[in-house]
Amino acid sequence: MSYVAHDESAFAPPAEVEEVELYHPKTWVGKYVWSQDAKVIAVQYAMTAMGIGLVALVLSWLMRLQLGYPNSFSFINPSNYLQFVTMHGMIMVIYLLTALFLGGFGNYLIPLMVGARDMVFPYVNMVSYWVYLFAVLLLVASFFVTGGPTGAGWTLYPPQAISQGTPGSSWGIILMLVSLAFFIVGFTMGGLNYVVTVLQARTRGMTMMRLPLTVWGIFMATVLALLAFPALFVSAIMMTLDLTLGTSFFMPAIVSMGQQGGHSGGNPLLFQHLFWFFGHPEVYIVALPAFGIVSDLLSVHARKNIFGYRMMVWAILAIGALSFIVWAHHMYVSGMNPYFGFFFATTTLIIAVPTAIKVYNWVLTLWRGNIHLTVPMLFAIGFIFTFINGGLTGLFLGNATVSVPLSDTMFVVAHFHMVMAIAPILVVFGAIYHWYPKITGRMLNDTLGKFHFWVTFVGSYGIYYPMHYLGMMGVPRRYYAIGGTDFIPASAHFVNEWITIAALIVGAVQMVFLYNLIWSYFNGKPSGSNPWNATTLEWQTPDTPPKHGNFGATLPVVYRWAYDYSVPGAVDDFIPQNVPPREVTGRNSSKT
Amino acid sequence: MSIFHDLTAKPWATAPGTVENLYDRATARKLALKVFLAVVTVLFMLLIIAYGRRMAYEDWRPSPQLGLLWANTLALILGSVALQWAQFSVRRGHMDGMRVALLAGGAFTVVFLVGQILAWRQLSTMGYFDVTNPAIAFFYLITGLHGLHLLGGLVAWGRTFSKVWGDFDVAIIRHSVELCTLYWHYLLGVWLVLFGLLFSGNNLDILLKLCGIR
Amino acid sequence: MVVAIVLVLLVVGSVLFHFLSPWYFTPIASNWSAMDHTISLTFWVTGSVFVAINLFMAYCVIRYRYRKGKRAQYEPENKKLEWWLTGLTTVGVAAMLAPGLFVWANFVEVPKDAGVFEAVGKQWSWGFRFPGKDGVMGTVDAKYVSDKNPFGMNPDDPNGQDDVLVSSPELHLPLGKPVKALLRSIDVLHDFAVPQFRAKMDLVPGLVTYIWFTPTRTGKFDLLCNELCGTGHFVMRGSVVVEEDAAFQAWLSGHPTFAQTSAQVSGDAAAGKALFAVCAACHGLQAEGNPAMNAPKLSGQGDWYLKRQLKSFKNGARGSHEKDVFGKMMAPMAATLTDDAAIDNVIAYIKTLPDNPALITTKGIATNGQKPYVTCGTCHGADGRGMQATNAPRLKGMSDWYMVTQLKNFKQGIRGAHPKDLYGPQMALMADILGDDQATHDVVAYINTLR
Repeated sequence: MSYVAHDESAFAPPAEVEEVELYHPKTWVGKYVWSQDAKVIAVQYAMTAMGIGLVALVLSWLMRLQLGYPNSFSFINPSNYLQFVTMHGMIMVIYLLTALFLGGFGNYLIPLMVGARDMVFPYVNMVSYWVYLFAVLLLVASFFVTGGPTGAGWTLYPPQAISQGTPGSSWGIILMLVSLAFFIVGFTMGGLNYVVTVLQARTRGMTMMRLPLTVWGIFMATVLALLAFPALFVSAIMMTLDLTLGTSFFMPAIVSMGQQGGHSGGNPLLFQHLFWFFGHPEVYIVALPAFGIVSDLLSVHARKNIFGYRMMVWAILAIGALSFIVWAHHMYVSGMNPYFGFFFATTTLIIAVPTAIKVYNWVLTLWRGNIHLTVPMLFAIGFIFTFINGGLTGLFLGNATVSVPLSDTMFVVAHFHMVMAIAPILVVFGAIYHWYPKITGRMLNDTLGKFHFWVTFVGSYGIYYPMHYLGMMGVPRRYYAIGGTDFIPASAHFVNEWITIAALIVGAVQMVFLYNLIWSYFNGKPSGSNPWNATTLEWQTPDTPPKHGNFGATLPVVYRWAYDYSVPGAVDDFIPQNVPPREVTGRNSSKT
Repeated sequence: MSIFHDLTAKPWATAPGTVENLYDRATARKLALKVFLAVVTVLFMLLIIAYGRRMAYEDWRPSPQLGLLWANTLALILGSVALQWAQFSVRRGHMDGMRVALLAGGAFTVVFLVGQILAWRQLSTMGYFDVTNPAIAFFYLITGLHGLHLLGGLVAWGRTFSKVWGDFDVAIIRHSVELCTLYWHYLLGVWLVLFGLLFSGNNLDILLKLCGIR
Repeated sequence: MVVAIVLVLLVVGSVLFHFLSPWYFTPIASNWSAMDHTISLTFWVTGSVFVAINLFMAYCVIRYRYRKGKRAQYEPENKKLEWWLTGLTTVGVAAMLAPGLFVWANFVEVPKDAGVFEAVGKQWSWGFRFPGKDGVMGTVDAKYVSDKNPFGMNPDDPNGQDDVLVSSPELHLPLGKPVKALLRSIDVLHDFAVPQFRAKMDLVPGLVTYIWFTPTRTGKFDLLCNELCGTGHFVMRGSVVVEEDAAFQAWLSGHPTFAQTSAQVSGDAAAGKALFAVCAACHGLQAEGNPAMNAPKLSGQGDWYLKRQLKSFKNGARGSHEKDVFGKMMAPMAATLTDDAAIDNVIAYIKTLPDNPALITTKGIATNGQKPYVTCGTCHGADGRGMQATNAPRLKGMSDWYMVTQLKNFKQGIRGAHPKDLYGPQMALMADILGDDQATHDVVAYINTLR
């Protein structure tokens, strides 16, 4: 069967195609501040997310300083420490990674990759960003209120989140919950846009199965987020009511510090169920866009189609569906009915299968490829390595029995940082090196990029691999200081010191990356419109950076999938998605 | 084409499908509303599950039955019927009928919301009112969230209603009325489930017992 | 090229680290060796996958790196290969899951002959309860919890009267007998975790959760709270002593039943007055303290705290460290109080003495001490009034020079390090947050402002 020759009559462009209405701003403010252009909104999202992410990075330094050199810094007391831990976690998971992948990459790439002029509801899209920014500001405000931000851990478990003895249990926690509620409202606005744009605004010929995996990943993550965030939303509201009005949704009768509390009959486990019903899909909300993006990075830079595209799509769908029935694996030792353990251990290990398939297919994409070791490719390889490690330790924690000795220890911290912090962040970096030329028209500096990659990749492995062993020794997480115990050898402190030094170095190197972003914006090598010789639509725009409306006078028509690399018989080793069959030289050659 | 067929297509080999997925503003809005309703479904479903879980505790005190809720339910049903009538009229081109029906729909909804607030006040003045009673707290939370969704709907209704005087594009108004009607029917459905399961007796308990869960 | 070499090095390094580093699980002391076996199994399965995939990736990077004029192979998918890999993965996953589920079934099913005890957590200490002669635990409720009844025992429940209450963070368990731990919290979430036992479980207020295990090795093991429970989470520690049954029974019989604790009468102040004459020599006639004699103010201090300290001096938990010069002077004095009744009496007398704030002697900077005191205030009260619920003595208006000395002693391990001192280690960890002497003086200066 011929795979490039098609019946071209199928592509006769119909006369009238309704297009997304674009709002054309007349002022600078309208163009770059109150902008309705998804690309500008994407940059706004990304810059806000990275800005607040820097705060979280500094917080992680502070807590590492305490753990590596206990009691050497008078400005870190046990309350501060818990506040650092909490805010670091919450910012990184929600306000950085979720916002950056969906609000940043989603906004920039979805319309360009599906061949749309913009998101379908540009105004709602703009409001989405401003609500997100408001949520971030509320979060930042909590650093300045009496008692400081909440120190209840990013899981915000009641009763401690709203009881005495936890830092920020009055104002800090309220601001946190309200900020989360606003984040969710803002996200829902953006999320509706992403879903409808992918389903409704694809250009002609762009079937679902021709979408690049980046779009699939972001799309599925958005669906998960839309369905999972309501759980966090209701639990945030219910906890706020428990705190302010004295309801007892989550608060049982307790005696705190010798004082009888005013609650009775609430159930703290209900919060945990609601939280993890959101919290586990949240892992995939961060991971699926990374999965999608890394697939495209590998394919472009190995000059080879992604291996097993259909399996990759099915795996994304399977992971998305399964992610809603595994949540209680976070609760094996929470005191819930232990018989649930059988069900959740089984579903959790089942989810390992589609995830493993994705890993195999990434590696098999490299197999028999023609690998350009560009900076994005290096980050993609770094991702695979890190993700394999983090994914495999997930098999320890997902299996109820194995998880018991390890839960609530540093092993858990090491696992989730490997799998949903470092791995996705490596993809974020790879993606920025990959798409920066499209966003700015200039290449990022290669030398600085390689330096950034090597320190970040090797350094973060050096941080988290030994950390697993701290957990196995029994070092609990969220401990301000471990002090003396009878089971942790004194030599273990060396590990903590090592981790702190590595964390400081890796953190500092991110400044090199920021410097590169700014320096290259002015001095980078001009990139041209398609520096990587990629096939997807965003590289085929008439202007680089693309103008408002993306594709000039007419929308592109799509004739092929996103992965026509090294097609036998074609002259170039890539055929863009919008190249009609008749323009492919030697197109009549056949695969078989 | 079925979803299954779509998802098993071999994109590198098969001839491309016909021209498809042309962007259409009305379809896009309707789809967005449906996706949003899916989100709202999850929200209320979780609340009902939380309610059911909490009910399993032995200290559960059922919330008092308010007769007023039956009247409110009737008002909301009438609101939904009125909007259905508006949709029917606008499709037939009966603009006056549409205006009257739209107005009636909004009015019945306001009646419902005022009735809900009255129910809140009635409850709070009752002798055994106690905010730590989870049934009462759930009642306020759930009716509050439902009311907020209706208020949001009233904003969209207001935008539509303000446009139906003088010259207007019938296609746009028809589309807006259809969206409002869908939203109202949906929120009525949510209310009927909430009212039927939680607030008109201990029906959730009975249901769970019937299913052998409790 | 470099990246392939680095991948290989990282894989080799990880494997070597695993086998050669001294850091691994602490030797097990319970019946849950099956957990260790499932962990080893998981290590073998996942370890081989880790090595295999990464080495294959390194091979691909070298073998298929960019060469001019070369082309990648065009192969959209390979069904056979993909299904093989899926199948193998499923087998590997099942191999880890199945044993895991069997062990889990064991974990949730408590053997019928298991003994029962209850661990009670509160911010930030542990207490334990045994069912007593009748083998039945009395009912409890948060509403009964008070300083006099820290376990929240129902005073009207006959089953509870003979329950043995262990109001200290040290638990003893008999060797080789399965035990079921009922876990109860009276405030926030906690977690009962002894690394050597492997098993752990959260304490959830409003519920009673459980785990079971059989201690298989005698010794003293650390008990740590493993679920974040507030500022003092990291100091919420205790210990579990596993010993032969006879020793265990002896230990158990040394603790009062609920009936005994509730029947306790307060001391006789009149009888205490005579006993106090000895104390007055140093502490002053009104127990107002005397810096010249290195004797702190006692009046106004919580009676529960005075009692605990007197007992500590008697049993050597305090005043036995060679560098504790003044503590060594107190120890023989405490020994003059021959029995518990004498202690109660003298404390009852101290309670009758007027409570005037001690003279200020330190010269720290109070404003600098305010921030660190936030941590102290979580247990001792923001106003320094002291809280029995958190085992924290009163600070405000007490002898400041004495607090300075004690903070230094805690930091230097002179106080709080004795194995019999069950509460001291907590304060020792906390005292560490004060960086230097100046910080100690500052925080005490701040306490002086709380009057």
